[in-house]
Amino acid sequence: MSMNSTPKQTSHLKREILVRLIKAYLSDNFAENTRLIPYAMRPKGSEVPYRCCIHKERAILRDRTVAGLGMSIEEADDSTLLSTLAEESLKREEPEKNPLTVLTTACKGCVPSRIYVTDLCQGCVARPCINTCKFGAISIQNGKSVIDPEKCKNCGMCVQVCPYQAITKIIVPCENACPVGAIAKDEDGYAKIDFEKCISCGKCVAACPFGAVHEKSQIIDILKNVKAGKKVIAMVAPAIMGQLPCKPAQLKEAIMKLGFADVYEVAQGADVTTKTEAKEFEERLEAGAEFMTTSCCAGYNELVEKHIPEMKPFRSDTKTPLYYTAEIVKKEHPDAVTVFFSPCNAKRKEAMQNPNVDFVLNYEELGAWFVALGVQVSECGEVQFKTEASAEARNYAVTGGVAKAVQTMLPEHLPTYPVVINGLDKQSIRDLKKYAKNGVCELGNLIEVMACPGGCLGGNGTVNAYKQALKQLTGYVNESKPLVNEEEHIEK
Amino acid sequence: MDKKVSVKVCLGTTCFVMGSANLQELIELVPKKYGDRVDVSGVPCLGLCSIDWEFSKAPYVKVDDEVIKEATVEKVLAAIEKKLK
Ligand code: SF4
Ligand code: SF4
Ligand code: FES
Repeated sequence: MSMNSTPKQTSHLKREILVRLIKAYLSDNFAENTRLIPYAMRPKGSEVPYRCCIHKERAILRDRTVAGLGMSIEEADDSTLLSTLAEESLKREEPEKNPLTVLTTACKGCVPSRIYVTDLCQGCVARPCINTCKFGAISIQNGKSVIDPEKCKNCGMCVQVCPYQAITKIIVPCENACPVGAIAKDEDGYAKIDFEKCISCGKCVAACPFGAVHEKSQIIDILKNVKAGKKVIAMVAPAIMGQLPCKPAQLKEAIMKLGFADVYEVAQGADVTTKTEAKEFEERLEAGAEFMTTSCCAGYNELVEKHIPEMKPFRSDTKTPLYYTAEIVKKEHPDAVTVFFSPCNAKRKEAMQNPNVDFVLNYEELGAWFVALGVQVSECGEVQFKTEASAEARNYAVTGGVAKAVQTMLPEHLPTYPVVINGLDKQSIRDLKKYAKNGVCELGNLIEVMACPGGCLGGNGTVNAYKQALKQLTGYVNESKPLVNEEEHIEK
Repeated sequence: MDKKVSVKVCLGTTCFVMGSANLQELIELVPKKYGDRVDVSGVPCLGLCSIDWEFSKAPYVKVDDEVIKEATVEKVLAAIEKKLK
């Protein structure tokens, strides 16, 4: 399973820029200090660790800073100073629409997908490659196979027949990772995202070895509201509890040190989701439905909207934990500015569609904020949440957790067979399409869908390694009060 | 008997965010590889990150008295090998 286990040097760069941006914002000259970020990171005469020259490195750092300001790199003019962009970023009232942007400068170096003959070619007599190529694209030159790119259709047949495995397909990591074919390298040499197709799953962000796909950060918007003295309230997703080197109970105080007025657990809303969804499942089954899918994952919801509309009747109408939490917060504090602390990019899209959620912050950005302010989370006091969520709700962040929670609330006599889709990829999407088309899933009737392998803990905006995050979160879940199925209790 | 090599992986907030989250595997890996010749543990902030702009060189790992900047699993293992020679 590909979970965020490989630490990337580009994550270090991304986070360093975020820290510098936050420090710049808090300084007395935001615009100028932002302009200086690429120069501060690669001062004159410094080593050039990755690229051909210092100017190229600075150009790339500049582009990363543009994404940090929450702007689109493709649209920003190369000649515009970062200081001007910094000032512009302060003027917007809401975040830009599409949550992702591609760093054209960094992406250029990555070769387009093609079939390639390696040195292993022995120029054998049998030449199975030439014989299998239906397009006549292969010829022998100087005793070795050569592919004519004009004729090659990338079918990969020759790759399979070469007995020396001398021909390989060069893949483009982002194209390969995207489950819906929404990103591709075009003639200009850099990847473009088709936002009509994109489900915001963030897999391309995690897959690109150059760190060329960036989330457009909303950190400046959030800092601005905090600085203006607004009542900014944090709503933290269950996945956060495995993300930082401290006890979960210390996080509330740590977050309030950043200037937040209060912190709510989104697991509180997950408890509402669980109960509502269990009721809905029971009603659907009684009405003769063959199966139902969950509806809490934003990536999955976008997938259904854009690519599997025939799944709509089978997807639960219950709202997401974020929805219920934001509703509660806005009811209790109508004047609040709400920020969702998210493990992934997909929730940025959900937040844009929900007027009760004003901004989104992922855990890389949260971490950078702690670094910028020098907050040591393990030194913070332990504070309870006003409403403590159940163990089952806190376990929503782990694959299988949602189905398990719903199951707890179902009457025992109901025949419930959970199925877990642990990560969306081309295969699982084909499976889902089949279930929707046939109106039945032979594996079970309660289908939990998570876009990320491992669940939210595997989201692209997380900081901790999966294994350790899971251990931390499970510890927290085990200390929490279990959900009680009151009706079952009365019956017994 | 030779003196033990001591490895301290900083798990303070700065180092953790800048990458030591992914160094936690050392805490399992090192004893498996070197047995009791090496002592490895995760420790709170080593105090190196707060000086000037030194956060950008995090994560830090200490192998005996040697400070490893921008530590990676490979760098730390190489430093251990050197000490054990
Ligand atoms: S993986 Fe995609 S986004 Fe990354 S450099 Fe290659 S083409 Fe560009
Ligand atoms: S976010 Fe997901 S759907 Fe969108 S381009 Fe990237 S991988 Fe494809
Ligand atoms: S957090 Fe590692 S040195 Fe401070």
